[in-house]
Amino acid sequence: MDIQTRSLSPTPAMSLRPTVPQPRLTRPHVAHGTSVDAKVLVRNLDFYYGQRQALFRVSLTVRTHSVTSFIGPSGCGKSTLLRCLNRMNDLVEGARAVGRVELDGVDIYDPAIDVTDLRKRVGMVFQKSNPFPKSIYDNVAYGPRLHGTKDKRSLDELVQHSLQGAGLWDEVKDRLMQSALGLSGGQQQRLCIARALAVQPEVILMDEPCSALDPIATGKIEELIYTLKDTYTVVIVTHNMQQAARVSDQCGFFLMGELVEFGDTKTIFTTPHDKRTEDYITGRFG
Amino acid sequence: MQRHFDQDLAHLKQTLLRMGGLVESQIQQALQALVDRDSDLAVDVIKQDHDVNALDVEIDELCIQLLALQQPTARDLRFVTTGMKISSELERMGDLADNIAQRTLELNGEPQLKPYIDIPRMANWTMRMVKDCLDAFVNSDPVLARKVCADDDFVDEVNEQLFRELLSFMLEDTRTITRAIRLTFVAKSLERIADHATNIAELVVYMVEGKNIRHVAPSASL
Repeated sequence: MDIQTRSLSPTPAMSLRPTVPQPRLTRPHVAHGTSVDAKVLVRNLDFYYGQRQALFRVSLTVRTHSVTSFIGPSGCGKSTLLRCLNRMNDLVEGARAVGRVELDGVDIYDPAIDVTDLRKRVGMVFQKSNPFPKSIYDNVAYGPRLHGTKDKRSLDELVQHSLQGAGLWDEVKDRLMQSALGLSGGQQQRLCIARALAVQPEVILMDEPCSALDPIATGKIEELIYTLKDTYTVVIVTHNMQQAARVSDQCGFFLMGELVEFGDTKTIFTTPHDKRTEDYITGRFG
Repeated sequence: MQRHFDQDLAHLKQTLLRMGGLVESQIQQALQALVDRDSDLAVDVIKQDHDVNALDVEIDELCIQLLALQQPTARDLRFVTTGMKISSELERMGDLADNIAQRTLELNGEPQLKPYIDIPRMANWTMRMVKDCLDAFVNSDPVLARKVCADDDFVDEVNEQLFRELLSFMLEDTRTITRAIRLTFVAKSLERIADHATNIAELVVYMVEGKNIRHVAPSASL
């Protein structure tokens, strides 16, 4: 068995991408959709908030350059799992993960992992857009500056590239120095995506990125998600089943901390295997 | 805003056109095989039916996926649901071309009953209807679609006329019955193909205008 228990205590800083060879972690047998292009691997993951268990033996594979969605009713554990993927749950008092989460074959709960570096590689966009009270430019440049990019030209390029990637450049290029708080809700959310892109992550986690947006802004973000997968690997949590259907390649349905079904989105939405999945996506639930 | 859904719709359209092209050539070759008494070509036509059926299944799956994943509305919804139906109509046309090829194989085993004049005339008219209904679909052209519906009457007339003529052969000489009946089957298949073309044309009017002109009196459909 390949289950390991670890407390989420602060870890010594070490690069996630070691320059010196490290002991090679053997890959466990993959229960769900083994594929050579696996970006993130979750194996038998249990997760606890104090005494309360929030995830039960979750195993799944997130494919590289694809969009994976997690759906399910409130409190089903989908956001908890998402936050396990870049160890955002470390910040929660009493939280504990048992099991294994790998990024490119490396266990991210290994004590040797530098969490800052991990979160640079696995970025996150939240439900409510949360731009800093700074200019549009400074919002995007914040991450790269923090990570040591000082050169003005490189920063300019990075800001433009990130804003273009987030589909916002044309709308803000003439007012980069104005406050980000003057943008509309949809624009603020795309700014947050640009900010996530600026540190050049490999995986982007999105927690209900459209729940505060109107249908037009939602449509833009959805189109954006679709294009992002060419460059990144995207994992999205959404209450909106139709959104999961529209944007994702693979989809997982969660219920009370259990991953009920995981597979190709088109299968989940046309011929789900589990009756509970079918009841949920057809609205017969509860 | 450019939607990736538009690419899916374009793909659906392309697949339908591919199927339409295949069916058109199937009908054309079936008639060629009959007129030229070319059994090899008739066998080819029968083999092609497999490809047409496969496309029917492919289009069906594509449409179901689009409905489930994209929840299309308004003209997108009409396009996807119409696409499913057009695919079935084309599949039936392919079956009828297959039938004509089967009758051709049988007819080629015996001397030709009579020079084929009306059947090729009817076939040309039918093939033009098939071409027109597909053009109407590609160009979202309800005017052309309505013309196809009107053209169907002519094919029905020729079919009637052919039936009477072949009946006279059978009455005169009972030895012609087998061949004459086979020829009426060919004519009937062509007549059915024209009916399916009409169905597609009616679907195109619905797709473009959202107006259902099926099963209503011709005056009310304009």
